[in-house]
Amino acid sequence: MDLVETWREELRFAPGRVTRALLAAAVAFSIALPFLGQPAWIVRGTLVAITAIGVMGQNLLVGYAGQVSFGQAGFLAIGAYAFAHLQGLPWLLALLGAGLVSALAGVVVGFPSLRLKGPYLAIATLGFGIAAYQLLANVPALSGGRMGLAVQRPSLLSLYWTDVALLGVFALATTNLISSYAGRALMAVRDSEIAAESMGVNLTRTKLLAFAISSFYTGVHGALFAQFLGHLEPELFNVSEVLTQFVAITVGGLASVEGSIFGAAFVVLLPVIFGGLRWAVPVFFGASILAVLIFEPGGLAGALRKARLYLEQWPFR
Amino acid sequence: MSLSFGGIRALRGVSLAVREGETLAVIGPNGSGKTSLFNCISGAYQPGAGDISFDGASLLRLSPDRVARRGIARTFQNLRLFLGMPVMENLLVGRHLHFRRNLLSAALRLRREEIRHRDRCEEIIEFLDLEPYRKLRAGDCPYGVQKRVELGRALALEPRLLLLDEPASGLTGEEKEEVAYWLHEVRGRFGVTLVFVEHDLRFASRLAARMIALDRGEKIAEGTPEEVQRRPEVERAYLGDAA
Repeated sequence: MDLVETWREELRFAPGRVTRALLAAAVAFSIALPFLGQPAWIVRGTLVAITAIGVMGQNLLVGYAGQVSFGQAGFLAIGAYAFAHLQGLPWLLALLGAGLVSALAGVVVGFPSLRLKGPYLAIATLGFGIAAYQLLANVPALSGGRMGLAVQRPSLLSLYWTDVALLGVFALATTNLISSYAGRALMAVRDSEIAAESMGVNLTRTKLLAFAISSFYTGVHGALFAQFLGHLEPELFNVSEVLTQFVAITVGGLASVEGSIFGAAFVVLLPVIFGGLRWAVPVFFGASILAVLIFEPGGLAGALRKARLYLEQWPFR
Repeated sequence: MSLSFGGIRALRGVSLAVREGETLAVIGPNGSGKTSLFNCISGAYQPGAGDISFDGASLLRLSPDRVARRGIARTFQNLRLFLGMPVMENLLVGRHLHFRRNLLSAALRLRREEIRHRDRCEEIIEFLDLEPYRKLRAGDCPYGVQKRVELGRALALEPRLLLLDEPASGLTGEEKEEVAYWLHEVRGRFGVTLVFVEHDLRFASRLAARMIALDRGEKIAEGTPEEVQRRPEVERAYLGDAA
Protein backbone atom coordinates (compact mmCIF):
# COMPACT_ATOMS: atom_id res chain seq x y z
CA MET A 1 0.00 0.00 0.00
CA ASP A 2 1.32 3.38 -1.00
CA LEU A 3 0.77 6.39 1.17
CA VAL A 4 0.48 9.60 -0.78
CA GLU A 5 1.60 12.56 1.25
CA THR A 6 1.18 15.47 -1.13
CA TRP A 7 -0.64 15.91 -4.39
CA ARG A 8 2.68 16.55 -6.08
CA GLU A 9 3.31 12.81 -5.89
CA GLU A 10 0.26 12.25 -8.02
CA LEU A 11 1.84 14.29 -10.80
CA ARG A 12 4.74 11.88 -11.05
CA PHE A 13 4.97 9.46 -13.93
CA ALA A 14 3.41 6.06 -13.12
CA PRO A 15 2.52 6.62 -9.47
CA GLY A 16 1.86 3.48 -7.44
CA ARG A 17 4.00 0.42 -6.80
CA VAL A 18 1.89 -2.04 -8.78
CA THR A 19 1.86 0.23 -11.83
CA ARG A 20 5.62 0.55 -11.73
CA ALA A 21 6.06 -3.21 -11.33
CA LEU A 22 3.78 -3.93 -14.31
CA LEU A 23 5.58 -1.33 -16.39
CA ALA A 24 8.96 -2.85 -15.55
CA ALA A 25 7.66 -6.32 -16.45
CA ALA A 26 6.40 -5.07 -19.82
CA VAL A 27 9.75 -3.43 -20.62
CA ALA A 28 11.67 -6.55 -19.53
CA PHE A 29 9.43 -8.74 -21.67
CA SER A 30 9.95 -6.53 -24.75
CA ILE A 31 13.71 -6.70 -24.28
CA ALA A 32 13.73 -10.44 -23.69
CA LEU A 33 11.49 -11.41 -26.61
CA PRO A 34 14.15 -11.42 -29.39
CA PHE A 35 16.40 -13.66 -27.28
CA LEU A 36 13.83 -16.43 -27.11
CA GLY A 37 14.97 -17.54 -30.54
CA GLN A 38 11.47 -17.58 -32.07
CA PRO A 39 11.47 -15.53 -35.31
CA ALA A 40 7.70 -15.90 -35.64
CA TRP A 41 7.24 -14.17 -32.29
CA ILE A 42 9.62 -11.38 -33.24
CA VAL A 43 7.44 -10.77 -36.30
CA ARG A 44 4.31 -10.73 -34.14
CA GLY A 45 5.94 -8.47 -31.56
CA THR A 46 6.93 -6.03 -34.30
CA LEU A 47 3.44 -6.03 -35.73
CA VAL A 48 1.89 -5.43 -32.28
CA ALA A 49 4.23 -2.47 -31.70
CA ILE A 50 3.42 -0.94 -35.10
CA THR A 51 -0.32 -1.48 -34.73
CA ALA A 52 -0.35 -0.15 -31.16
CA ILE A 53 0.90 3.25 -32.34
CA GLY A 54 -2.04 3.59 -34.73
CA VAL A 55 -4.53 2.26 -32.19
CA MET A 56 -3.26 4.81 -29.68
CA GLY A 57 -3.92 7.57 -32.20
CA GLN A 58 -7.39 6.26 -32.90
CA ASN A 59 -8.03 6.06 -29.17
CA LEU A 60 -6.99 9.69 -28.69
CA LEU A 61 -9.63 10.68 -31.21
CA VAL A 62 -12.45 8.32 -30.26
CA GLY A 63 -11.76 7.45 -26.63
CA TYR A 64 -10.42 10.78 -25.36
CA ALA A 65 -11.91 13.40 -27.66
CA GLY A 66 -15.14 11.49 -28.34
CA GLN A 67 -15.06 12.04 -32.12
CA VAL A 68 -16.16 8.87 -33.89
CA SER A 69 -14.07 8.51 -37.02
CA PHE A 70 -14.04 5.69 -39.57
CA GLY A 71 -11.36 7.27 -41.70
CA GLN A 72 -8.42 5.35 -40.28
CA ALA A 73 -7.83 3.25 -43.40
CA GLY A 74 -7.36 6.47 -45.36
CA PHE A 75 -4.81 7.94 -42.93
CA LEU A 76 -3.02 4.62 -42.81
CA ALA A 77 -2.75 4.58 -46.60
CA ILE A 78 -1.61 8.21 -46.73
CA GLY A 79 1.13 7.51 -44.18
CA ALA A 80 2.28 4.36 -45.95
CA TYR A 81 2.40 5.88 -49.44
CA ALA A 82 3.92 9.16 -48.26
CA PHE A 83 6.68 7.16 -46.60
CA ALA A 84 7.21 5.10 -49.76
CA HIS A 85 7.56 8.28 -51.84
CA LEU A 86 9.86 9.95 -49.30
CA GLN A 87 12.33 7.07 -49.21
CA GLY A 88 15.15 9.23 -50.61
CA LEU A 89 15.24 11.16 -47.31
CA PRO A 90 16.89 9.99 -44.10
CA TRP A 91 14.66 7.42 -42.38
CA LEU A 92 13.55 9.58 -39.47
CA LEU A 93 12.67 12.51 -41.76
CA ALA A 94 10.67 10.23 -44.06
CA LEU A 95 8.82 8.87 -41.04
CA LEU A 96 8.07 12.33 -39.69
CA GLY A 97 7.05 13.44 -43.18
CA ALA A 98 4.61 10.55 -43.47
CA GLY A 99 3.12 11.45 -40.10
CA LEU A 100 2.84 15.14 -40.99
CA VAL A 101 1.21 14.55 -44.38
CA SER A 102 -1.31 12.32 -42.67
CA ALA A 103 -1.85 14.91 -39.91
CA LEU A 104 -2.57 17.54 -42.55
CA ALA A 105 -5.17 15.24 -44.11
CA GLY A 106 -6.51 14.75 -40.58
CA VAL A 107 -7.10 18.48 -40.16
CA VAL A 108 -8.98 18.59 -43.49
CA VAL A 109 -11.09 15.56 -42.59
CA GLY A 110 -11.62 17.04 -39.13
CA PHE A 111 -13.57 20.02 -40.45
CA PRO A 112 -16.89 18.14 -40.68
CA SER A 113 -16.48 17.34 -36.98
CA LEU A 114 -17.16 21.00 -36.25
CA ARG A 115 -20.72 20.46 -37.48
CA LEU A 116 -21.39 16.72 -37.33
CA LYS A 117 -21.65 14.41 -34.36
CA GLY A 118 -21.73 10.68 -33.70
CA PRO A 119 -22.96 8.51 -36.57
CA TYR A 120 -23.06 11.44 -39.03
CA LEU A 121 -19.40 12.18 -38.45
CA ALA A 122 -18.65 8.47 -38.73
CA ILE A 123 -20.25 8.36 -42.19
CA ALA A 124 -18.45 11.49 -43.37
CA THR A 125 -15.06 10.10 -42.30
CA LEU A 126 -15.86 6.68 -43.74
CA GLY A 127 -16.40 8.46 -47.05
CA PHE A 128 -12.91 9.91 -46.79
CA GLY A 129 -11.42 6.45 -46.21
CA ILE A 130 -13.14 5.04 -49.27
CA ALA A 131 -12.14 8.05 -51.37
CA ALA A 132 -8.49 7.62 -50.38
CA TYR A 133 -8.65 3.96 -51.36
CA GLN A 134 -10.26 4.75 -54.72
CA LEU A 135 -7.70 7.45 -55.41
CA LEU A 136 -4.83 5.05 -54.79
CA ALA A 137 -6.43 2.27 -56.78
CA ASN A 138 -6.92 4.52 -59.81
CA VAL A 139 -3.91 6.84 -59.88
CA PRO A 140 -0.81 4.83 -60.81
CA ALA A 141 1.47 7.82 -60.21
CA LEU A 142 0.61 7.58 -56.52
CA SER A 143 0.34 3.87 -56.02
CA GLY A 144 2.76 2.49 -58.61
CA GLY A 145 -0.04 0.94 -60.63
CA ARG A 146 -0.49 -2.79 -60.83
CA MET A 147 3.09 -3.42 -59.79
CA GLY A 148 2.57 -1.70 -56.45
CA LEU A 149 5.34 0.19 -54.67
CA ALA A 150 8.44 -1.36 -53.19
CA VAL A 151 9.67 -0.17 -49.81
CA GLN A 152 13.12 -0.86 -48.46
CA ARG A 153 12.89 -3.45 -45.70
CA PRO A 154 15.52 -3.59 -42.95
CA SER A 155 16.39 -6.81 -41.13
CA LEU A 156 13.74 -8.26 -38.83
CA LEU A 157 15.69 -7.61 -35.65
CA SER A 158 16.40 -3.97 -36.42
CA LEU A 159 12.71 -3.55 -37.31
CA TYR A 160 11.75 -5.04 -33.96
CA TRP A 161 14.01 -2.78 -31.92
CA THR A 162 13.12 0.45 -33.72
CA ASP A 163 9.39 -0.25 -33.69
CA VAL A 164 9.31 -1.24 -30.02
CA ALA A 165 11.38 1.81 -29.11
CA LEU A 166 9.03 4.02 -31.14
CA LEU A 167 6.04 2.50 -29.37
CA GLY A 168 7.74 3.40 -26.08
CA VAL A 169 8.22 6.99 -27.23
CA PHE A 170 4.61 7.29 -28.44
CA ALA A 171 3.20 5.69 -25.30
CA LEU A 172 5.20 8.06 -23.12
CA ALA A 173 4.23 11.13 -25.15
CA THR A 174 0.57 10.08 -25.10
CA THR A 175 0.58 9.53 -21.35
CA ASN A 176 2.09 12.97 -20.87
CA LEU A 177 -0.28 14.66 -23.31
CA ILE A 178 -3.44 13.27 -21.80
CA SER A 179 -2.43 14.33 -18.32
CA SER A 180 -1.75 17.86 -19.54
CA TYR A 181 -4.07 20.76 -20.37
CA ALA A 182 -4.36 19.40 -23.92
CA GLY A 183 -5.66 16.00 -22.84
CA ARG A 184 -8.08 17.62 -20.45
CA ALA A 185 -9.39 19.84 -23.25
CA LEU A 186 -10.02 16.73 -25.40
CA MET A 187 -11.92 14.97 -22.62
CA ALA A 188 -13.83 18.12 -21.72
CA VAL A 189 -15.05 18.38 -25.32
CA ARG A 190 -16.03 14.71 -25.20
CA ASP A 191 -18.02 15.06 -21.97
CA SER A 192 -19.78 18.37 -22.66
CA GLU A 193 -19.08 20.68 -25.58
CA ILE A 194 -21.04 23.59 -24.18
CA ALA A 195 -19.36 23.42 -20.78
CA ALA A 196 -15.92 23.07 -22.36
CA GLU A 197 -16.59 26.16 -24.46
CA SER A 198 -17.87 28.10 -21.47
CA MET A 199 -14.60 27.31 -19.69
CA GLY A 200 -12.67 28.89 -22.55
CA VAL A 201 -11.80 25.76 -24.52
CA ASN A 202 -11.84 26.58 -28.22
CA LEU A 203 -13.91 23.83 -29.86
CA THR A 204 -12.57 24.29 -33.37
CA ARG A 205 -8.97 24.21 -32.29
CA THR A 206 -9.43 21.27 -29.92
CA LYS A 207 -11.28 19.05 -32.38
CA LEU A 208 -8.89 19.77 -35.22
CA LEU A 209 -5.98 19.16 -32.87
CA ALA A 210 -7.47 15.79 -31.95
CA PHE A 211 -7.76 14.87 -35.62
CA ALA A 212 -4.24 16.10 -36.37
CA ILE A 213 -2.57 14.20 -33.52
CA SER A 214 -4.60 11.08 -34.16
CA SER A 215 -3.85 10.97 -37.86
CA PHE A 216 -0.18 11.74 -37.18
CA TYR A 217 -0.05 8.54 -35.14
CA THR A 218 -1.95 6.62 -37.80
CA GLY A 219 0.35 8.01 -40.50
CA VAL A 220 3.39 6.77 -38.60
CA HIS A 221 1.62 3.44 -38.16
CA GLY A 222 1.14 3.33 -41.95
CA ALA A 223 4.78 4.22 -42.63
CA LEU A 224 6.10 1.54 -40.28
CA PHE A 225 3.64 -0.95 -41.74
CA ALA A 226 4.91 -0.15 -45.24
CA GLN A 227 8.46 -0.72 -44.06
CA PHE A 228 7.44 -3.97 -42.37
CA LEU A 229 5.77 -5.30 -45.52
CA GLY A 230 8.34 -4.04 -47.98
CA HIS A 231 5.61 -3.73 -50.56
CA LEU A 232 2.47 -1.63 -50.92
CA GLU A 233 -0.75 -2.07 -52.82
CA PRO A 234 -4.08 -0.27 -52.32
CA GLU A 235 -5.88 -3.49 -51.35
CA LEU A 236 -4.12 -3.35 -48.00
CA PHE A 237 -6.09 -0.29 -46.99
CA ASN A 238 -9.70 -1.25 -47.47
CA VAL A 239 -12.50 -0.72 -45.00
CA SER A 240 -11.84 -3.88 -42.99
CA GLU A 241 -8.82 -2.10 -41.50
CA VAL A 242 -11.25 0.34 -39.87
CA LEU A 243 -13.08 -2.54 -38.22
CA THR A 244 -9.84 -3.96 -36.87
CA GLN A 245 -8.94 -0.62 -35.31
CA PHE A 246 -12.34 -0.30 -33.72
CA VAL A 247 -12.12 -3.76 -32.24
CA ALA A 248 -8.69 -2.84 -30.90
CA ILE A 249 -9.79 0.32 -29.06
CA THR A 250 -13.00 -1.23 -27.73
CA VAL A 251 -11.53 -4.50 -26.52
CA GLY A 252 -8.34 -2.83 -25.27
CA GLY A 253 -10.20 -0.07 -23.50
CA LEU A 254 -11.44 3.34 -24.63
CA ALA A 255 -9.45 6.30 -23.36
CA SER A 256 -6.50 4.24 -22.17
CA VAL A 257 -2.89 4.13 -23.33
CA GLU A 258 -2.16 0.63 -22.03
CA GLY A 259 -5.55 -0.43 -23.40
CA SER A 260 -4.43 0.61 -26.89
CA ILE A 261 -1.46 -1.72 -26.62
CA PHE A 262 -3.61 -4.58 -25.30
CA GLY A 263 -6.09 -3.98 -28.11
CA ALA A 264 -3.34 -4.04 -30.73
CA ALA A 265 -2.03 -7.30 -29.29
CA PHE A 266 -5.56 -8.70 -29.36
CA VAL A 267 -6.19 -7.97 -33.04
CA VAL A 268 -2.71 -9.09 -34.11
CA LEU A 269 -2.54 -12.28 -32.07
CA LEU A 270 -6.12 -13.51 -32.39
CA PRO A 271 -5.72 -14.60 -36.05
CA VAL A 272 -2.58 -16.49 -34.94
CA ILE A 273 -4.56 -18.45 -32.38
CA PHE A 274 -7.30 -19.18 -34.88
CA GLY A 275 -4.77 -20.54 -37.36
CA GLY A 276 -6.70 -22.58 -39.92
CA LEU A 277 -10.03 -21.04 -38.94
CA ARG A 278 -8.99 -17.62 -40.20
CA TRP A 279 -12.40 -16.98 -41.80
CA ALA A 280 -13.92 -17.00 -38.33
CA VAL A 281 -11.80 -14.09 -37.09
CA PRO A 282 -14.21 -11.27 -38.08
CA VAL A 283 -17.05 -13.16 -36.44
CA PHE A 284 -15.02 -13.44 -33.27
CA PHE A 285 -14.10 -9.75 -33.51
CA GLY A 286 -17.78 -8.82 -33.61
CA ALA A 287 -18.59 -11.14 -30.73
CA SER A 288 -15.73 -9.76 -28.64
CA ILE A 289 -17.01 -6.18 -29.03
CA LEU A 290 -20.42 -7.30 -27.77
CA ALA A 291 -18.89 -9.21 -24.89
CA VAL A 292 -16.79 -6.22 -23.84
CA LEU A 293 -19.72 -3.79 -24.00
CA ILE A 294 -21.82 -6.12 -21.87
CA PHE A 295 -19.35 -7.38 -19.30
CA GLU A 296 -16.53 -4.84 -19.02
CA PRO A 297 -17.13 -1.53 -20.82
CA GLY A 298 -13.62 -0.46 -19.79
CA GLY A 299 -12.15 -3.27 -21.91
CA LEU A 300 -8.98 -5.10 -20.95
CA ALA A 301 -7.53 -1.91 -19.50
CA GLY A 302 -10.62 -1.45 -17.34
CA ALA A 303 -10.30 -4.99 -16.00
CA LEU A 304 -6.62 -4.40 -15.24
CA ARG A 305 -7.40 -1.09 -13.52
CA LYS A 306 -9.83 -2.83 -11.19
CA ALA A 307 -7.35 -5.58 -10.41
CA ARG A 308 -4.63 -3.02 -9.77
CA LEU A 309 -6.81 -0.95 -7.46
CA TYR A 310 -7.57 -4.10 -5.51
CA LEU A 311 -3.89 -5.00 -5.24
CA GLU A 312 -2.73 -1.50 -4.35
CA GLN A 313 -5.21 -1.18 -1.53
CA TRP A 314 -4.73 -4.69 -0.23
CA PRO A 315 -5.17 -5.61 2.60
CA PHE A 316 -7.55 -2.67 2.98
CA ARG A 317 -10.63 -2.47 0.89
CA MET B 1 -32.08 42.56 -26.07
CA SER B 2 -34.41 40.14 -27.81
CA LEU B 3 -34.17 36.46 -28.74
CA SER B 4 -36.48 34.34 -30.88
CA PHE B 5 -36.53 30.70 -31.82
CA GLY B 6 -38.59 30.48 -34.98
CA GLY B 7 -41.94 31.91 -33.94
CA ILE B 8 -41.27 31.74 -30.22
CA ARG B 9 -40.00 34.90 -28.69
CA ALA B 10 -37.94 33.87 -25.70
CA LEU B 11 -36.85 37.34 -24.71
CA ARG B 12 -38.63 40.55 -25.62
CA GLY B 13 -36.71 43.75 -25.16
CA VAL B 14 -35.15 42.79 -21.86
CA SER B 15 -32.66 45.35 -20.67
CA LEU B 16 -30.57 45.26 -17.57
CA ALA B 17 -27.39 46.67 -16.15
CA VAL B 18 -25.09 45.07 -13.61
CA ARG B 19 -22.67 47.19 -11.64
CA GLU B 20 -19.23 45.94 -10.78
CA GLY B 21 -19.13 44.11 -7.47
CA GLU B 22 -22.88 43.87 -6.98
CA THR B 23 -25.06 40.81 -6.66
CA LEU B 24 -28.13 40.64 -8.85
CA ALA B 25 -30.83 37.99 -8.71
CA VAL B 26 -32.94 37.15 -11.74
CA ILE B 27 -36.27 35.62 -10.75
CA GLY B 28 -39.30 34.45 -12.66
CA PRO B 29 -41.46 31.39 -13.26
CA ASN B 30 -40.53 28.51 -15.56
CA GLY B 31 -40.14 29.50 -19.18
CA SER B 32 -39.83 33.19 -18.40
CA GLY B 33 -36.48 33.48 -20.19
CA LYS B 34 -34.02 33.46 -17.30
CA THR B 35 -31.78 30.79 -18.76
CA SER B 36 -32.13 32.22 -22.26
CA LEU B 37 -30.83 35.48 -20.87
CA PHE B 38 -27.77 33.68 -19.48
CA ASN B 39 -27.24 31.82 -22.73
CA CYS B 40 -27.19 35.11 -24.62
CA ILE B 41 -24.66 36.67 -22.28
CA SER B 42 -22.37 33.64 -22.30
CA GLY B 43 -22.44 33.34 -26.09
CA ALA B 44 -24.35 30.07 -26.39
CA TYR B 45 -27.20 31.93 -28.16
CA GLN B 46 -27.00 35.04 -30.27
CA PRO B 47 -29.75 37.57 -29.58
CA GLY B 48 -31.72 38.59 -32.68
CA ALA B 49 -31.62 42.22 -31.69
CA GLY B 50 -29.96 44.39 -29.09
CA ASP B 51 -26.51 44.55 -27.58
CA ILE B 52 -24.62 43.04 -24.68
CA SER B 53 -21.57 44.82 -23.46
CA PHE B 54 -19.13 43.97 -20.73
CA ASP B 55 -16.51 46.37 -19.50
CA GLY B 56 -17.20 48.70 -22.41
CA ALA B 57 -16.78 46.07 -25.15
CA SER B 58 -19.57 44.26 -26.97
CA LEU B 59 -19.99 40.53 -26.45
CA LEU B 60 -22.19 40.11 -29.51
CA ARG B 61 -21.15 37.39 -31.97
CA LEU B 62 -18.44 36.10 -29.64
CA SER B 63 -18.24 32.33 -29.24
CA PRO B 64 -18.61 31.06 -25.65
CA ASP B 65 -14.86 30.48 -25.28
CA ARG B 66 -14.12 34.09 -26.18
CA VAL B 67 -16.74 35.33 -23.75
CA ALA B 68 -15.01 33.22 -21.10
CA ARG B 69 -11.71 34.84 -22.04
CA ARG B 70 -13.23 38.24 -21.21
CA GLY B 71 -13.68 37.02 -17.64
CA ILE B 72 -17.21 35.66 -17.55
CA ALA B 73 -17.87 32.20 -16.12
CA ARG B 74 -21.15 30.38 -15.73
CA THR B 75 -22.80 27.32 -14.27
CA PHE B 76 -25.67 25.38 -15.77
CA GLN B 77 -29.16 24.69 -14.54
CA ASN B 78 -28.97 20.98 -15.34
CA LEU B 79 -25.28 20.59 -14.49
CA ARG B 80 -22.83 20.20 -17.33
CA LEU B 81 -19.87 18.60 -15.64
CA PHE B 82 -17.19 16.57 -17.35
CA LEU B 83 -18.64 13.41 -15.89
CA GLY B 84 -15.89 11.06 -17.03
CA MET B 85 -13.13 13.12 -15.40
CA PRO B 86 -12.13 13.30 -11.74
CA VAL B 87 -13.27 16.31 -9.71
CA MET B 88 -9.77 17.79 -9.70
CA GLU B 89 -9.50 17.57 -13.49
CA ASN B 90 -12.87 19.29 -13.80
CA LEU B 91 -11.49 22.23 -11.85
CA LEU B 92 -8.29 22.21 -13.90
CA VAL B 93 -10.32 22.62 -17.10
CA GLY B 94 -11.56 25.81 -15.47
CA ARG B 95 -7.93 26.96 -15.44
CA HIS B 96 -7.55 26.19 -19.16
CA LEU B 97 -7.52 29.86 -20.14
CA HIS B 98 -4.70 30.66 -17.76
CA PHE B 99 -2.38 27.92 -18.97
CA ARG B 100 0.61 28.86 -21.03
CA ARG B 101 -0.14 26.29 -23.67
CA ASN B 102 2.64 24.46 -25.44
CA LEU B 103 2.10 21.00 -26.90
CA LEU B 104 5.77 20.11 -26.97
CA SER B 105 6.34 20.76 -23.29
CA ALA B 106 3.09 18.91 -22.57
CA ALA B 107 4.38 15.86 -24.46
CA LEU B 108 7.71 16.12 -22.62
CA ARG B 109 5.96 16.33 -19.26
CA LEU B 110 7.32 19.71 -18.21
CA ARG B 111 5.01 20.27 -15.29
CA ARG B 112 5.76 23.78 -14.02
CA GLU B 113 2.52 25.23 -15.34
CA GLU B 114 0.63 22.18 -14.14
CA ILE B 115 1.89 22.62 -10.58
CA ARG B 116 1.16 26.34 -10.56
CA HIS B 117 -2.46 25.79 -11.59
CA ARG B 118 -2.90 22.71 -9.41
CA ASP B 119 -2.06 24.96 -6.48
CA ARG B 120 -4.93 27.28 -7.30
CA CYS B 121 -7.34 24.38 -7.71
CA GLU B 122 -6.26 22.93 -4.37
CA GLU B 123 -7.28 26.23 -2.78
CA ILE B 124 -10.71 25.94 -4.33
CA ILE B 125 -11.02 22.30 -3.28
CA GLU B 126 -10.28 23.32 0.27
CA PHE B 127 -12.60 26.31 0.11
CA LEU B 128 -15.55 24.24 -1.10
CA ASP B 129 -14.84 21.25 1.16
CA LEU B 130 -14.23 18.93 -1.77
CA GLU B 131 -11.21 17.05 -0.35
CA PRO B 132 -12.94 13.66 -0.03
CA TYR B 133 -14.02 13.79 -3.67
CA ARG B 134 -10.84 15.08 -5.28
CA LYS B 135 -10.06 11.89 -7.19
CA LEU B 136 -13.60 10.65 -7.67
CA ARG B 137 -15.10 10.84 -11.16
CA ALA B 138 -17.51 13.77 -11.24
CA GLY B 139 -20.21 11.41 -12.49
CA ASP B 140 -19.88 9.31 -9.34
CA CYS B 141 -20.37 12.22 -6.94
CA PRO B 142 -23.71 12.91 -5.24
CA TYR B 143 -25.84 15.69 -6.71
CA GLY B 144 -25.03 18.26 -4.05
CA VAL B 145 -21.32 17.70 -4.55
CA GLN B 146 -21.68 17.95 -8.32
CA LYS B 147 -23.25 21.37 -7.86
CA ARG B 148 -20.30 22.41 -5.74
CA VAL B 149 -17.84 21.08 -8.32
CA GLU B 150 -19.54 23.17 -10.96
CA LEU B 151 -19.26 26.26 -8.80
CA GLY B 152 -15.60 25.41 -8.18
CA ARG B 153 -14.92 24.96 -11.87
CA ALA B 154 -16.41 28.38 -12.59
CA LEU B 155 -14.34 29.93 -9.78
CA ALA B 156 -11.17 28.31 -11.12
CA LEU B 157 -11.56 30.50 -14.18
CA GLU B 158 -11.13 33.52 -11.89
CA PRO B 159 -14.03 35.34 -13.48
CA ARG B 160 -14.92 38.96 -12.91
CA LEU B 161 -18.56 38.16 -13.61
CA LEU B 162 -20.05 34.90 -12.41
CA LEU B 163 -23.37 33.73 -13.83
CA LEU B 164 -25.06 31.05 -11.72
CA ASP B 165 -28.08 29.28 -13.13
CA GLU B 166 -30.18 28.13 -10.15
CA PRO B 167 -27.34 27.49 -7.71
CA ALA B 168 -29.73 26.11 -5.07
CA SER B 169 -32.17 24.08 -7.16
CA GLY B 170 -32.57 20.45 -6.19
CA LEU B 171 -30.70 20.91 -2.92
CA THR B 172 -31.90 20.09 0.57
CA GLY B 173 -32.55 22.92 3.03
CA GLU B 174 -29.21 22.34 4.69
CA GLU B 175 -27.33 22.29 1.40
CA LYS B 176 -29.05 25.54 0.41
CA GLU B 177 -27.75 27.13 3.57
CA GLU B 178 -24.25 26.00 2.65
CA VAL B 179 -24.51 27.36 -0.87
CA ALA B 180 -25.74 30.68 0.46
CA TYR B 181 -22.78 30.80 2.82
CA TRP B 182 -20.30 29.94 0.06
CA LEU B 183 -21.69 32.50 -2.35
CA HIS B 184 -21.41 35.06 0.40
CA GLU B 185 -17.77 34.04 0.92
CA VAL B 186 -17.09 33.99 -2.80
CA ARG B 187 -18.05 37.62 -3.07
CA GLY B 188 -15.73 38.54 -0.25
CA ARG B 189 -12.79 36.38 -1.25
CA PHE B 190 -12.82 36.61 -5.02
CA GLY B 191 -14.40 40.06 -5.32
CA VAL B 192 -16.56 38.76 -8.12
CA THR B 193 -19.71 40.29 -9.55
CA LEU B 194 -22.53 37.80 -9.16
CA VAL B 195 -25.66 37.35 -11.24
CA PHE B 196 -27.83 34.40 -10.42
CA VAL B 197 -31.10 32.89 -11.53
CA GLU B 198 -33.28 31.56 -8.77
CA HIS B 199 -36.75 30.18 -8.22
CA ASP B 200 -36.57 30.33 -4.47
CA LEU B 201 -37.45 33.91 -3.57
CA ARG B 202 -36.30 33.54 0.02
CA PHE B 203 -32.88 32.32 -1.08
CA ALA B 204 -32.61 35.05 -3.67
CA SER B 205 -33.54 37.86 -1.27
CA ARG B 206 -30.94 36.73 1.23
CA LEU B 207 -28.05 37.14 -1.15
CA ALA B 208 -28.99 39.82 -3.60
CA ALA B 209 -29.31 43.50 -2.93
CA ARG B 210 -31.08 43.98 -6.22
CA MET B 211 -33.45 41.78 -8.17
CA ILE B 212 -35.13 41.70 -11.55
CA ALA B 213 -38.18 39.64 -12.38
CA LEU B 214 -38.90 38.16 -15.81
CA ASP B 215 -42.15 36.77 -17.12
CA ARG B 216 -42.76 35.41 -20.62
CA GLY B 217 -39.59 36.99 -21.89
CA GLU B 218 -40.25 40.46 -20.53
CA LYS B 219 -38.85 42.30 -17.58
CA ILE B 220 -41.73 42.98 -15.24
CA ALA B 221 -39.98 44.39 -12.20
CA GLU B 222 -36.65 45.64 -10.92
CA GLY B 223 -35.49 46.86 -7.53
CA THR B 224 -34.67 45.68 -4.04
CA PRO B 225 -36.03 42.25 -3.12
CA GLU B 226 -38.78 43.79 -1.00
CA GLU B 227 -39.87 46.12 -3.78
CA VAL B 228 -39.92 43.41 -6.39
CA GLN B 229 -41.83 40.94 -4.27
CA ARG B 230 -44.48 43.54 -3.45
CA ARG B 231 -45.18 44.23 -7.13
CA PRO B 232 -48.55 42.84 -8.25
CA GLU B 233 -47.10 41.71 -11.62
CA VAL B 234 -44.63 39.48 -9.82
CA GLU B 235 -47.33 37.97 -7.65
CA ARG B 236 -49.44 37.32 -10.71
CA ALA B 237 -46.55 35.69 -12.56
CA TYR B 238 -45.84 33.36 -9.68
CA LEU B 239 -49.34 32.59 -8.45
CA GLY B 240 -51.47 33.06 -11.55
CA ASP B 241 -54.30 35.51 -12.18
CA ALA B 242 -56.50 34.15 -9.41
CA ALA B 243 -54.21 35.52 -6.72
